Amino acid sequence: MGEKIMVKGTEAIGEAAIRAGCKVYFGYPITPQSELTEYMSRRMPQEGRVFLQAESEVATVNMMYGASSVGVRVMTSTSSPGFSLMQEGISYMANARLPAVFVDVVRGGPGLGDIQPSQGDYFQVVKGGGHGDYRLPVYSPSSLQEAVELTIHAFDVADKYRTPVVIFADGMLGQMMEPVEFPDPVDPSTLPSKDDWALTGARGRKARYVTSFDIDPYKLEQMNLVLQETYKKIEAEEKKWEEFMTDDAEIIFVAHGTVGRIVKSTVKMAREKGIKAGLFRPISLYPFPYERLAELAEKVDIVMTVEMSAGQMLEDVKLAVMGRAETPFYGRLAGVIPTPAEILEAMMKEIRR
Amino acid sequence: MEHRIIAAGFGGQGVMLFGQIIALAGMIEDKHVTWLPSYGPEMRGGTANCTVVVSDDPVASPVVDMPNEIAIFNIPSLLKFEPTLAEGGILVMNTSMIDREPQRKDIKVIKIAANDVAEKLGNVKAQNMVMLGAFIETTKVVSKESVFKALEKKMTGKKAAFLDLNKRAVEEGMKLAREQL
Repeated sequence: MGEKIMVKGTEAIGEAAIRAGCKVYFGYPITPQSELTEYMSRRMPQEGRVFLQAESEVATVNMMYGASSVGVRVMTSTSSPGFSLMQEGISYMANARLPAVFVDVVRGGPGLGDIQPSQGDYFQVVKGGGHGDYRLPVYSPSSLQEAVELTIHAFDVADKYRTPVVIFADGMLGQMMEPVEFPDPVDPSTLPSKDDWALTGARGRKARYVTSFDIDPYKLEQMNLVLQETYKKIEAEEKKWEEFMTDDAEIIFVAHGTVGRIVKSTVKMAREKGIKAGLFRPISLYPFPYERLAELAEKVDIVMTVEMSAGQMLEDVKLAVMGRAETPFYGRLAGVIPTPAEILEAMMKEIRR
Repeated sequence: MEHRIIAAGFGGQGVMLFGQIIALAGMIEDKHVTWLPSYGPEMRGGTANCTVVVSDDPVASPVVDMPNEIAIFNIPSLLKFEPTLAEGGILVMNTSMIDREPQRKDIKVIKIAANDVAEKLGNVKAQNMVMLGAFIETTKVVSKESVFKALEKKMTGKKAAFLDLNKRAVEEGMKLAREQL
């Protein structure tokens, strides 16, 4: 680890990707992630790597498909409407089993929406915005240091399981500054070999296909089953979460990303009032840490979800809690950021009920 | 101790840099810091503001609904943020830009004619550094030495030419605040 430096969230993610060995970055500007694309346009050539601004998000995702096929680490970043445009390509990449990292700096929607922070893409990102039976590992950082660590982790998970992975950020995380320490760059020779599947030139060996297509349903079913096996392994091995003051908690908040961080202040405020609150913060949104949340729900009366959405992660929280506790919800929409005090007020209403 | 700070003014008054220097100085002092800007259409013509948290402990929320220290650079920002200031909080205001009195009686007010002071120093643009000096003298959020180190880190290349002016502006702001304490 080097010295602490002050960076913007978008820059933290970009630099982390470079240190993770990202060889190729494709992107298209959209607020509030344009600084990430700008950062990569400056840094990737310095490192002798590829930066390419595509003509659209649709082109971007298909360039990702191509670059990943030959076995290099590849990334893009975008914001909500841009991520929508990438869905077809992501579905193709999932079935072609192509590792890649996507960063969605989520903004207010639906439609053109606005450019303020939101978590309204949860369903799209976590439940699959494209067609067919696929899942994507999704990580939701709440600080810039965590964004650095998760970006690097995302590349490793993508390679390990041969799947696209998403970093779920929002405009607040992207625009804020915080000190971070970057780890040393990975030694490319230590990265996992992709020689058994990547398109590296067929001289001296049988030709390979990297495709999401098979006209024979029985063969396509086999491809699907491989995906499903992969998702089982991911669900068994890749769950991540943070608990904050849950040991003696009587009410547990569930919040992810930057909202998870805001709620930490609410928990402290509640404790000053003598209310034993705690926070369960899912870091992997898929795979969602259902089992641990279910255990915690046994011990409390209220599991309260807070999101910058109309209640999307709430559905996963309910699947975990399964009626063991009340599951109220507080959310702000369209790019409005909830404050610690207003979340506290919403909690007090639930307690008095 | 946690300093929850909002700095607000027009876009172009150097409000964002004001906040960044405090955050950077906080980092230099090994404190936990966050800097959160307002961004979007409001930056063009309307008010621009940033929220800075400087704390001995890891910062939970970078979003602050009740700041305890605010630096106000124009009238719209005074109207918006004075009511949010915590009881006993500190308001540092640029009276070159604000020709009215704050309404609250339960806060400490430091008045600095920052534009006039900066102009005398040779460049009105340094008004944000005059404000910064007054702000750190009053709130003790970070030391002058750390602010200078932060300025040295931030002002490189062509901007290095303004380093000396900015340092003098900070010192002048500190002096003026001290006279009011």
